[in-house]
Amino acid sequence: MTTTATTATRSRPRAGTRTKTVVTGIGVASPIGLGPTAFWRAALRGQGGITPITRFDTSGYWGKIGGQVPGFQADRHLQGKLLPQTDHMTQMTLVGTDWALRSAGVRPNDIADRDMAVITAATAGGYEFGQREMQKLWHSGPDHVSTYQSFAWFYAVNTGQISIRHGTRGPGAVVVSEQAGGLDAIGHARRQIRKGVKLTLTGGIDSSLCPWAWVAHQVSGSMSRRTDVRRAYLPFDADANGYVPGEGGAVFVLETEASAAERPGTRIYGEIAGYAATFDPADRSRRPGLGRAAEMALAEAEVDPADVDVVFADAAGSPEADAAEARALVELFGPHGVPVTAPKTMTGRLFAGGGSLDVAAALLSVYWGAIPPTVNVREAAPEYEIDLVTEPRYGDVRVALVLARGRGGFNSAVVVRQHL
Amino acid sequence: MSRRAVITGVGVVAPGAIGLKSYWKLLSEGRSATRVITNFDASPYRSRIAGEVDFDPRREGLSPQEIRRLDRAAQFAVVSAREAVADAGLELDQIDPTRTGVALGTAVGCTTSLEEEFVIGSDRGRNWEVDQAYTVPWLYDYFTPSSMAAELAWLAGAEGPVSVVSTGCTSGLDSVGYAAELIAEGGVDVAITGGTEAPLSPITTVCFDVIRASSTRNDEPASACRPFDRTRDGLVLGEGAAILVLEELEHARRRGARIYGEVAGFASRCNAYHMTGLHPEGREMSDAIDVAMAGARVSARDVDYINAHGSGTKQNDLHETGAFKRSLGAAAYDIPVSGFKSMIGHSLGAIGSLEIAGCLMAMREGVIAPTANLHEPDPQCDLDYVPLVAREKQVDTVLTVGSGFGGFQSAMVLRNVEGDAR
Repeated sequence: MTTTATTATRSRPRAGTRTKTVVTGIGVASPIGLGPTAFWRAALRGQGGITPITRFDTSGYWGKIGGQVPGFQADRHLQGKLLPQTDHMTQMTLVGTDWALRSAGVRPNDIADRDMAVITAATAGGYEFGQREMQKLWHSGPDHVSTYQSFAWFYAVNTGQISIRHGTRGPGAVVVSEQAGGLDAIGHARRQIRKGVKLTLTGGIDSSLCPWAWVAHQVSGSMSRRTDVRRAYLPFDADANGYVPGEGGAVFVLETEASAAERPGTRIYGEIAGYAATFDPADRSRRPGLGRAAEMALAEAEVDPADVDVVFADAAGSPEADAAEARALVELFGPHGVPVTAPKTMTGRLFAGGGSLDVAAALLSVYWGAIPPTVNVREAAPEYEIDLVTEPRYGDVRVALVLARGRGGFNSAVVVRQHL
Repeated sequence: MSRRAVITGVGVVAPGAIGLKSYWKLLSEGRSATRVITNFDASPYRSRIAGEVDFDPRREGLSPQEIRRLDRAAQFAVVSAREAVADAGLELDQIDPTRTGVALGTAVGCTTSLEEEFVIGSDRGRNWEVDQAYTVPWLYDYFTPSSMAAELAWLAGAEGPVSVVSTGCTSGLDSVGYAAELIAEGGVDVAITGGTEAPLSPITTVCFDVIRASSTRNDEPASACRPFDRTRDGLVLGEGAAILVLEELEHARRRGARIYGEVAGFASRCNAYHMTGLHPEGREMSDAIDVAMAGARVSARDVDYINAHGSGTKQNDLHETGAFKRSLGAAAYDIPVSGFKSMIGHSLGAIGSLEIAGCLMAMREGVIAPTANLHEPDPQCDLDYVPLVAREKQVDTVLTVGSGFGGFQSAMVLRNVEGDAR
């Protein structure tokens, strides 16, 4: 395709010759805070956002805890007519997008509608809504099903709703690559900007805290069976025993440096300097994909591994997956070669929102010069040979690498660079 | 130097036809494969008709474990992908796995299995707290449709970027556009792409029922979907898959692959208008067409054939007719336009790829498959919709479009590769 020919990674342009893609707006809905400021303060404090589930009755399930977003009241932010036609995850996404645009200082008509794109990540769609409608269909009959079901639960809903709310008439897409999707959406968003779109709304805020989704997590084989909120999700710990599901994520305003400059005084959180995605080989004798994704993303950003100041790890929380990630990190950075952190220990794993929230944390790290800690893990298992950040560290952070993996073998990496 | 993405292999599972050859026969003969639903008891619904695939997974070579584990949509995808890889003559051990990717389109993923599991786990909707004792252990893979992309990655040994692209009814075009971008960017030489959908279950049927989008011509199932006809009364759901092997042009040439055509241009747009409604002017679809044509460097006079979305609803017919005129001007009246949903129904996230497969065959055979069931043209739709009977015409450049819930509008230009013997 001739329109995208300039982005060949084989003949990389020198740094600075390509338009920088920067983040000017962040919207966050997380179990430890709404909005980037509240989230960041809580993250540096190491606040625990995993609590007993109150959204539904867990008495019939062994899984009792999760990362719920407290204090989110959709009716305070959205018009009444939107509420019956949207799932909880769409409501949080719409509000998060409003916040992101506000923090970027983008007002209606600042940017032509065709020059704005929307690329979101999804995993299960609006499943709380979907469960309710399936129950109505099977229990009460077809006439009881909401006329909104056709578009409230499907995977594409958030992109469509964001586009309608903000009048964006450029490209739109939704990527699903399980928990790697939050990074893949950002990668695809950057692709739109390289093709000439000025601004892209991207990221993912995900939620499926309903019994139907809960059952899917419980049978997945990777969810922690513990009910102690401090001892359940312990990535890289010798006592790692699975993940805790949660809800939330982040939405970003991504634009070119030139577009941001058109609004004097616009804060630039940081640059999305590199991205790559790989898939694990079925053949275990071949090199796993995570390290390769990291390497490719760093190469694209023209960053030497020695210059990486922090890695936001995928931190699966199961011994085999943690060992694989640690191996990839040691291979790339050497033993204890780079600070590694997993603020998702405060929120649980947020699916399409997880990678996005980690990118938000990485952007705030390079912007404020601090690394948020991994909580509940006293120390990484020594055989992993990683420098796990268990207390906040303060100091200049120039480059952050964010890793994410999705069930089945998806690996993605994003390089976030400080904007000077 | 630009990297061009060409199609070297096609695999199809469609209503009335499994395999590309029999699919093309069905389309070019203008036969309809929509019928009264047999997949499940549709008697409680307004619309009880669909384009169903007669699919025996065992006969199609799936193993007992694959049959047990994979949703019907994933089974369609695997069968189509195997055909596509064989059709491309691709020796999987001869290509670089790290430069092989997957982009799969689907709108509703594994809904059919999810619903089946829900019905059992909730005791037919009696209990809000679903009982896990009654659900399959791989339930999570039904929840997140990326499990189907993973399945294709394993099949092809892909170690490059792998993803599902889920943009509702344009997924089948958008996934191929996504794959073409991966190839153009340079990181990928081969991509397994396309779309799959098996939405014929109560919950998806009722979705379209309650908004009165689907046809109630239950007594005339084969002629129910009537795009551009003034008697049309809605869409007819369908199921199926089309998987393509997309390859960088020089990579394909080096191994002497047969080339169906090039993905020469692609664009998607959001209409920012309504989650299910369409504006009759079709501005955003027209914008997508303009950008796709500019990317392919083709002008209106170069377009030999337009494959319409043709879903069989009045708003769609006016919307896309408006878009074609807006983009192609006077030339729009001279270009044959046809829609395959009249024959195979609307398979949501798969249909865009099934339409691409039919367009590639039009380019190869010099035959344009017709719009079936078009007996009484709507006077407001005044283009040449190739009614009922296929037409012979040399086709070198095709425009294909899609439109869907969420406001997604997509357009793709497919082109014969110059100097390539057909």
